[in-house]
Amino acid sequence: MLTTFRDLFRYNIEFRIGIVLVAIVTVFAGLSWFSPYPPEMIYVVVPDQPPSAEYWFGTNSRGQDLFWNLTFAFRNTLGFGLLVALLSRIISITVGMTAGYLGGWTDRALMFVNDIFVALPIFPILILFYFVLRNDLDMVTLAIIMACLGWPFDARLIRSVALGLRHREFTRQAIFAGMNPARIMFQEHLPFVMPIVFSTAMANMIWSIGFEVTLGVLGFTNLNIPTIGTTLYWANNHSALVVGTWWWIIIPVVLIVIAFLGLFLLAVSMNEHIDPRSRLRRMGTGV
Amino acid sequence: MSTILDVANVSKSFPSGGILSRNTVDAVVGADFQIEEDRPEIFTIVGESGSGKTTLARMILGLEAPSSGEVQFRGEPVSTSLGGRQRRAFMKAVQPVFQNPFEAFNPLKRVDRYIASTATAFRDLKGRKAVDEAMDEALVSVGLSLAEVRGRFPHELSGGQLQRAAIARALVCKPDLLVADEPVSMVDASLRMAIVNLLRSLRDDLGVSVIYITHDLATAYYISDRIIIMQKGRVVEMGPARAVLDDPQHPYSRLLKASVLSLDNPGGGDLTPARDLIAASDDVLARAGQSRLVDIGDGRRVRQYG
Amino acid sequence: MSDPILTVEGLKAYYRVGQFGKNLDIRAVDDVTMQIERGEIYGIAGESSSGKTSLIKVLAAAIRPPLQVIDGSVRYDFGGRIIDPTKASKAELAEIRWKHLSYIMQGSMSVLNPVRRIEQTFRDFAQRPLGLSGAAFRARVEEHLDHLKLPTSVLRSYPHELSGGMRQRVTIGLATVCRPEFMIADEPTTALDVVVQKEVLSLLRTVQQEMGASIIFVTHDMSVHANMTDRIGIVYAGRLVEEGPTRTLFTQPKHPYTAHLVASLPMIGDTRPRPALEGRPPSLADPPKGCRFHPRCPMATEICSREVPPLESVGDRHRSACWHADEVRPLVEPAFDKAAGGVRA
Repeated sequence: MLTTFRDLFRYNIEFRIGIVLVAIVTVFAGLSWFSPYPPEMIYVVVPDQPPSAEYWFGTNSRGQDLFWNLTFAFRNTLGFGLLVALLSRIISITVGMTAGYLGGWTDRALMFVNDIFVALPIFPILILFYFVLRNDLDMVTLAIIMACLGWPFDARLIRSVALGLRHREFTRQAIFAGMNPARIMFQEHLPFVMPIVFSTAMANMIWSIGFEVTLGVLGFTNLNIPTIGTTLYWANNHSALVVGTWWWIIIPVVLIVIAFLGLFLLAVSMNEHIDPRSRLRRMGTGV
Repeated sequence: MSTILDVANVSKSFPSGGILSRNTVDAVVGADFQIEEDRPEIFTIVGESGSGKTTLARMILGLEAPSSGEVQFRGEPVSTSLGGRQRRAFMKAVQPVFQNPFEAFNPLKRVDRYIASTATAFRDLKGRKAVDEAMDEALVSVGLSLAEVRGRFPHELSGGQLQRAAIARALVCKPDLLVADEPVSMVDASLRMAIVNLLRSLRDDLGVSVIYITHDLATAYYISDRIIIMQKGRVVEMGPARAVLDDPQHPYSRLLKASVLSLDNPGGGDLTPARDLIAASDDVLARAGQSRLVDIGDGRRVRQYG
Repeated sequence: MSDPILTVEGLKAYYRVGQFGKNLDIRAVDDVTMQIERGEIYGIAGESSSGKTSLIKVLAAAIRPPLQVIDGSVRYDFGGRIIDPTKASKAELAEIRWKHLSYIMQGSMSVLNPVRRIEQTFRDFAQRPLGLSGAAFRARVEEHLDHLKLPTSVLRSYPHELSGGMRQRVTIGLATVCRPEFMIADEPTTALDVVVQKEVLSLLRTVQQEMGASIIFVTHDMSVHANMTDRIGIVYAGRLVEEGPTRTLFTQPKHPYTAHLVASLPMIGDTRPRPALEGRPPSLADPPKGCRFHPRCPMATEICSREVPPLESVGDRHRSACWHADEVRPLVEPAFDKAAGGVRA
């Protein structure tokens, strides 16, 4: 795994750019731990100052230093995206591999549930949760809800790979070598599924962050927590573009585009390179 | 003399066509033979593609349930739905060797892991040293050694070495019966005879019975004790391999033999297809509905029609 | 006196792979020299990764990176028209394809387009070289199939509606409809069952003899070579190690590898133990020094590991690349001259 990443970094330009972009936003988010102001405090600096040497990203109409405030927003948003990706991966791997390997009625039952989740209208459900939970809706709760909604497409993808692997000769060899289904699934088949897991994880992060931003902008999340969505909500609430505080909108949008671009490039390059076939080719059997 | 494998009037049909059609294809029809305990042999199933030989092998291995009839191993029915304990006891005694050595092992895992897993799962071995010894013993019996194989990935070994490692994997749990489905058809010419000779030495030196499934009459003649010839799911002729192949009685067996490219006259071979035999074997195929195997003495049976 | 249709001289074709900063040459074809006469079937025998497929790619002008011709020349002589497929322009190649040079591949599906009827495939490939208009072309194709004893109804079928044997016969029809002088057959019967294999081989040889065409016939199956070819070239690890008339190679092989290939063929009616060759074919990226067969050769001596044996004449049209060619004997006494147990039942 590590050597794959090293090779990718060394020889794949998309991967390198992706890493750099993601690193920029990650480091930026990490700066939040050094912030001089707590995120929820307002009117700690002079409001509506344009970017300058003192306030790099300017200040907003709520009297917050936008630079430090955005570090918190990115920490929350990225952390949220990661958590959703992690949890939904666990669900999709478990469901996809079990359905694909065991087949039969297990497969049919799991895919029935899967299809129900595919058909669920996500947006209204999220708004419903907001109305029920209101200020109890913190980022972790929202992440768990999103993870429960964000696995079915990837589970189906993983199932299709597992289904193919089940009929390979080496799987039968493993059965007759006395390996139990769990061992076959997680030791024999998981390595073939990992490339999908990684590349869909990036796509899933883009998806969940997109939802968070949308909900935030519309005001359907806990507005006291700084995220990219709520930052844009407050900017809009204070008519930032009308009163001329453009940096309040432009800077977060540019940063989120950088984050999306970085994740997208990682997804694309990993998809291409952790693919077991190209890995085998690199080891010299394909020639 | 006790029977280890009893294939009793086994048939298998698959649904064919779309979901709406009720047609079925008969992959195997009424296969019936026994393998005895204390007389290790190479039992060959010969047929072309679509003859049902692989389906029959899958039923013997319990990977496919017969539509009718029963496969019994040491008096216990072989079935796809065996419980864990019975299934393990069965796998300890009956092991498969598959066709494609390059597919036999997970390309992302080391080869020795399967041999080690088989050894620990089916044999009561205590400690790493005992497992290593068992692995080495099995590998040496196929002409390899643990030192050569340990830590190697499949792509680091040749097709012949992989197929031998696969056979060693099957042997490490000391099975009574090996089911080898086209074990040499994907192996290079120069390495092929090593595998075929190995199957023979398994019988002679280790006393393992082998069910050898092949389309190749020449290797079948070379190593088999008994042979059955299958045409579109039906056994058309069976008996002692040499007797059957030296003088086949059924039109289809005669056609298969006539179609083997001879080495009598290299550089000037006769390629004329045996048209009369092709017509005769198509003819009996059309009448297969009312046919049965008839004993013709010397342990031979031939399908007769009408 | 000899009038070769194809002359290959000192041909070297390597796969140049530059991956992850390392450059690697895979010497798939290394210094091959041979000539193919008009009207003969020349067999090429070798196992997987012996380079036989790469050699065929060069001869068929299907050279795509990473495969590159490093050195040497290939020369076709189509009735005075000289063409080197390694240097010819696309337009020149398009002109000779199908008309002078055609192919029969292992998977007929790679020639027959699965979504086009057979007739359309014939049009795609053969109409331009034949230079006939619609009706005349159709009549010509039907006449040709008729001549090959194939039902003309196949023209209206899609490839998947035909059996494997029929598809391969249609490919032969396609390859021969323009009456080319040279055909390349790459494992044309490997995927077929024995009964059909014999029919397809018989058909191919019949048309070849009628047209007087030359065929390069590639297969790993020595029993097919024995029945199909006039001469055989044995390829091992990218090199031609022995070449000679088919009968000579089977009865008096002069290279230990050939001797092994021939001796390891079991036959019905013959239960003598067959020897097996140990070891594995070498990696073409890092072949052994000297003779590439020496690590597996029972006759190897010190010189074999040091110097590459040249391909030298050892008899009438018989060449072998072995330092000990004159000591090579058949490993199993050939059974051909005795009445080998009734193969023709």
